[in-house]
Amino acid sequence: MKLDEFPTKFPKLPGPMPIWHGTVDAVQFRSLCEQVARGGGKLVALWGSDELARDAGYALHVSLVTALGMLCLTLPLPAERPSYPKISDLFPCANRMQRATADMLGLYASGSNDRRKWVRHRAWPNNVHPLRKNFDGNAVFPTETDAYQFVKVTGDGVHEIPVGPVHAGTIEPGHFRFSIIGERVLRLEERLGYTHKGTEKLFERMNLEQGAKLAGRVSGDSTVAYAWAYAQAVESVTGTTPSPRAMALRAVLLELERIHNHLGDLGYLGNDVALAFGFAQFWILKENALRLNNELFGHRYLMDKVVPGGVACDLDAQGSERILQMLKHLEHEIGILKDIYDEHAGAQDRFLTTGRVSPDLAAELGLTGLPGRASGQAWDLRAQFPCAPYDKLDVRMTTHINGDVAARVTVRFEEVLESMRLIRLILDQLPAGELRVTVGDAPENALGLGWVEGWRGEILIALHTGKDNAIHRLHPHDPSWQNWPVLEHAIIGNIVPDFPLINKSFNLSYTGQDL
Amino acid sequence: MNGILLQLFQDTLVVVIAPLLLGWVNQCRAWLQNRSGAGVLQPYRNLIKLFHKDAVLAHNASPLFRFTPYILFASMWLAAALVPVVATDLPLSPAVDVIALVGIFALARVFISLAAMDIGTSFGTLGARREMLVGFLAEPALLMIFFTAAAISQSTSLVTIVETLAHKQFVIHPSLAFAAIAFVMVLLAENARIPVDNPSTHLELTMIHEAMILEYSARHLAMVEWASMLKLLAYTTIGFALFMPWGIAEAGNWSALPVALIALFLKLAVAGAGLALLETLSAKMRIFRVPEFMGTAFLLAVLGLLVHFLHGN
Repeated sequence: MKLDEFPTKFPKLPGPMPIWHGTVDAVQFRSLCEQVARGGGKLVALWGSDELARDAGYALHVSLVTALGMLCLTLPLPAERPSYPKISDLFPCANRMQRATADMLGLYASGSNDRRKWVRHRAWPNNVHPLRKNFDGNAVFPTETDAYQFVKVTGDGVHEIPVGPVHAGTIEPGHFRFSIIGERVLRLEERLGYTHKGTEKLFERMNLEQGAKLAGRVSGDSTVAYAWAYAQAVESVTGTTPSPRAMALRAVLLELERIHNHLGDLGYLGNDVALAFGFAQFWILKENALRLNNELFGHRYLMDKVVPGGVACDLDAQGSERILQMLKHLEHEIGILKDIYDEHAGAQDRFLTTGRVSPDLAAELGLTGLPGRASGQAWDLRAQFPCAPYDKLDVRMTTHINGDVAARVTVRFEEVLESMRLIRLILDQLPAGELRVTVGDAPENALGLGWVEGWRGEILIALHTGKDNAIHRLHPHDPSWQNWPVLEHAIIGNIVPDFPLINKSFNLSYTGQDL
Repeated sequence: MNGILLQLFQDTLVVVIAPLLLGWVNQCRAWLQNRSGAGVLQPYRNLIKLFHKDAVLAHNASPLFRFTPYILFASMWLAAALVPVVATDLPLSPAVDVIALVGIFALARVFISLAAMDIGTSFGTLGARREMLVGFLAEPALLMIFFTAAAISQSTSLVTIVETLAHKQFVIHPSLAFAAIAFVMVLLAENARIPVDNPSTHLELTMIHEAMILEYSARHLAMVEWASMLKLLAYTTIGFALFMPWGIAEAGNWSALPVALIALFLKLAVAGAGLALLETLSAKMRIFRVPEFMGTAFLLAVLGLLVHFLHGN
């Protein structure tokens, strides 16, 4: 595909991000997906919607991204036996999204030979689809047997270790089925969905104003990114432009979120190789950052600070000074800790070559976000499609070629330093202006997309509006959808005790994708 | 009569101070990591908490699973009781020499591994398998260390070894330096310490010792934990007996007892802090590096023995 072809055909959505949207038929749908896949583009999200109330059957939506921007396609489907051509052969990460869409809406990917359920465990039967509009949220179904088929590995000396969903530590639930020989992992298969709580259905009961709060709680550790993506989607459909000051403050919050999450992960990575010293030091730094968040903005994790129309907090000169002081201290400490991590033979022995995802494999499987950049996948919205204030900051993207745990550690270190540089630049020239502008009414049946580079990777909020500012359908998309399947590949050939370390180096969200 | 009293005193002492040693090590680790720590008494609180809980057993648990904690506790208590901790005048001591001591540790290992596999969970088996990997490499190394010390005193009895090293004419034995390094390595491996195992991990896939006891709860878990603390104390005091026996009271010398007690606590404080420092400085190694680590320990112990014979004493 010539990358400048599609935008001319389809209308561009209002807003700062380069997003085009078009309605296509099944043949065009498949051929556009093929072109994007062939041209080195990738799949961001796949979701469905129930349009029966408009006599339009169902619809399937995909977001594809190329070097030019995002192409969002809508494929109308009939009310009877809705199905669409599969794209999991083009984008392997689509497999679970297709299965989830089948569970939640009864839209099936024709030609796909993996018809297993994904989100649905035992709570509702096969022929019930919770995201259809006629679904009764209060309905209780008899618990059925859960006959989920894992892929069997057979051979001399091969055996399985089932791990989870309840783990020995306090972490989110997920089931991991290892097929191993001795200590070596032959295959890992994940089963997620244990934290499914009906988030998407909950959005449909809300209007645009109420949705902001829930959007910030899709995955708590990325609350700023989700809230910003939601705000962007709402601003796109309502034609609102926040003030430059609000945009600058949003970026400060987003980078602070990136910093405290990376600090926490760097600590955990030390802890997983039993380097408890590193764990304690990084968590002291993280805790200091969280306390400062609380002091300056009123919330440790910065929840509900980004709202449609602007921000719900302000930063005075004294506050800026406090942040700069913290960054100065942080820079000093991180310099010391990075030396310790880099020069600790025991830690490096565990980090290097562990859980390697080669750049080729990463490209093939669509690895995205931070782990993607550690495997040579140079995608970072802040650098490629910068909205204000990033467009003035010349964001430096960090990539690494090794794709192992050590590379993901290095990328985290460098991204923290880059975020610190960005915050300093923004605070240096914090524009004046309104914090929050009034958000107008949204037209019915409009599509708004919010697309933000969270600390984990790119977060997409797809918002379909209904009557009177109601939310008709909302799909929050976490980069974990793309990256969980790659984790299954990263562990192959490694030994069982290295899995927690590899898993932590990805640090993916369960709740963000179980929804 | 005095001997029996002393034996009873030591038996009580080791049971009581075993959690204190672990508490001290954990407290030192906390300080080294800039944390305030839970205090040296935390292991006692944990034990009390566990004894107050209701035990939960798997439906398919066999009697073996239930009585293993008591066997573990008994063998570790016996081991700690046999080592001349404060005095050499122990009636039980002549009954068991260092080779039998290794046997007692092996017995405990066999039972905990069997119990781990008893329920049939994959983690228990995983842990038992790894424990066996560590154990079969650690035992020969430990034996070689004992032989080095035994070669000096011409006896495999710990009491005689201590008497020779502490109360005869002071001689520097270079062979013991090699044995001491090897012993520290074995101690780390056998007590599930970093860099071989991580006693504070919650990651079930990386565990060795913890994986074997995942199914235990309440009083059973308390006995297992207490047994581990006794094991750490036993190993530490064996280390004192072999490599720094100064202060241990000679047979019949009652007046030396208070000094011996003070010496013991001082040595434990130093050893605990040293262990915490070692653990803070190192990361956990990949499981397949453990054989290399234990191989090094074995090699050092053999070197010690060779040095002894080459030295010609």
